[in-house]
Amino acid sequence: MAERERSHTRPRGGVFVPRVQVMSADDVGRAITRMAHEVIERNHGLVGVVLVGLQTGGVMIAERLVETLATVEGTTVPLGTLDVAFYRDDIGLRPVLPEAATDISFDLTGTRVVLVDDVLFTGRTVRAALNALGEYGRAQVVELAVMVDRGHRELPIRPDFVGKNLPTRRDEMVDVTLEGVALGELVGR
Amino acid sequence: MRPFPVHLLSMEDLDAGQIAEVLRVSDSFAEVGRRASPKVPTLRGRTVATLFFEDSTRTRMSFETAAKRMSADVLSFAHGSSSIKKGESLRDTVETVEAMGIDAMIVRHASSGVPDRVARWVDHSVVVNAGDGAHQHPTQALLDCYTVREALGGGEDGLARFGGLRVAIVGDVRHSRVARSQIVAYAALGAEVTLVAPATLLPPSLEGWPVVAVEHDIDAVLPKADVVSLLRVQAERGSGVLLPSLREYTSGYGLTARCATMLQPGAVILHPGPLVRGVEIASEVAELPQSLITDQVANGVAVRMAVLFLLLGRDAHHGRLEEVPDRG
Repeated sequence: MAERERSHTRPRGGVFVPRVQVMSADDVGRAITRMAHEVIERNHGLVGVVLVGLQTGGVMIAERLVETLATVEGTTVPLGTLDVAFYRDDIGLRPVLPEAATDISFDLTGTRVVLVDDVLFTGRTVRAALNALGEYGRAQVVELAVMVDRGHRELPIRPDFVGKNLPTRRDEMVDVTLEGVALGELVGR
Repeated sequence: MRPFPVHLLSMEDLDAGQIAEVLRVSDSFAEVGRRASPKVPTLRGRTVATLFFEDSTRTRMSFETAAKRMSADVLSFAHGSSSIKKGESLRDTVETVEAMGIDAMIVRHASSGVPDRVARWVDHSVVVNAGDGAHQHPTQALLDCYTVREALGGGEDGLARFGGLRVAIVGDVRHSRVARSQIVAYAALGAEVTLVAPATLLPPSLEGWPVVAVEHDIDAVLPKADVVSLLRVQAERGSGVLLPSLREYTSGYGLTARCATMLQPGAVILHPGPLVRGVEIASEVAELPQSLITDQVANGVAVRMAVLFLLLGRDAHHGRLEEVPDRG
């Protein structure tokens, strides 16, 4: 059999070692509350608004946003989840694997989609997400909400709603959970 | 987890973790299949060739559908109209096809071991065994596992229920590459496999086969089975001379309407096709709700997409994976 070296690891293989705690759980909660108000303000209410969380990190943020929007406005907006693995432009350049099947059980045509992710970095995930979204209908508007914008964009993409702008080095890693945000390194691949 | 192998030649190439990985990725491709437009750009610019030196409809169409749904270009090699007829050797054919820049070769051949040889000849293509002689048919076993996992509730829970699952594989085990792949896959996932066949349709030796029992009385097995997986009597490979008559085979080992009443509630029936109604399965049994034969065909496309993706999608540049930021 033709032998050759291959590297097959999970997309986020390795161990995250936190160095600095950037946001506490309360900070994350307050950011979500503010972003919820901004979503309502920008869209003049929640008519036609749907949320789509990106697998996997964006999903929990999107779920919390849906809860907060319901508390503030009294409307529970539809929530979908999107996996962009099949639309990435770096398939073959690095290990890419789907995290979970996409689940968007409603037609996006005519809706105001708020894409939700944990971290905005190069913009390539969002580019892939925009392509993938098209399969589920033609949205009237697509907006982008992220908990952390860490810079280093490689594509002309900007967020509409940001939890925190966080200057980073390219080789650092940002870890976002509802318990807080930490900056550190990924080691031991 | 071990890295996914370069080629998929045999179920032995995959361990339980890798089988679980294929099934998990298949879920994502099954979602693609349910869309109004079931196509993704994942393998755009790649070329997949089906090299079938033996007749097939469902397996070839399944692989070609899988490749096309991932936007790969598909070349189809028909052995009847090829230069093999002019005396070209298998090796020269394979090297010619590879020289055209093919990324994946899906190989079926009547002789056991041909895909292994092809894999040794190629420099950069990946090779998928789509059935070789009486050796292996790994993607069939994977789609069977996927179908059973779905019947068991799907996902991680469905996968966990393979532990202690009682699987009866009934029929022409001797000539069956499907059975050889299934047995390895089911056993890897923790199921207990029982073979049910007349002595003449069993291989000369079962040494090393991970089966818990061999039975000759289907009535004794059916009431305890969770999965009944039927095999076709392969008359073209010489099963005919090993049986007194097909009618006698049917009365002893066919899944007749009478037999089907002995199945416990929740038991499922699988058949890799092609179906010979009235021999290994009665027509009305094939139409029962617990018969998952059409689900197998539908799942086959998603599972083959997953296999092609795992073999090709992560290695466009033949092992030269660049350092690209993880998050984006």
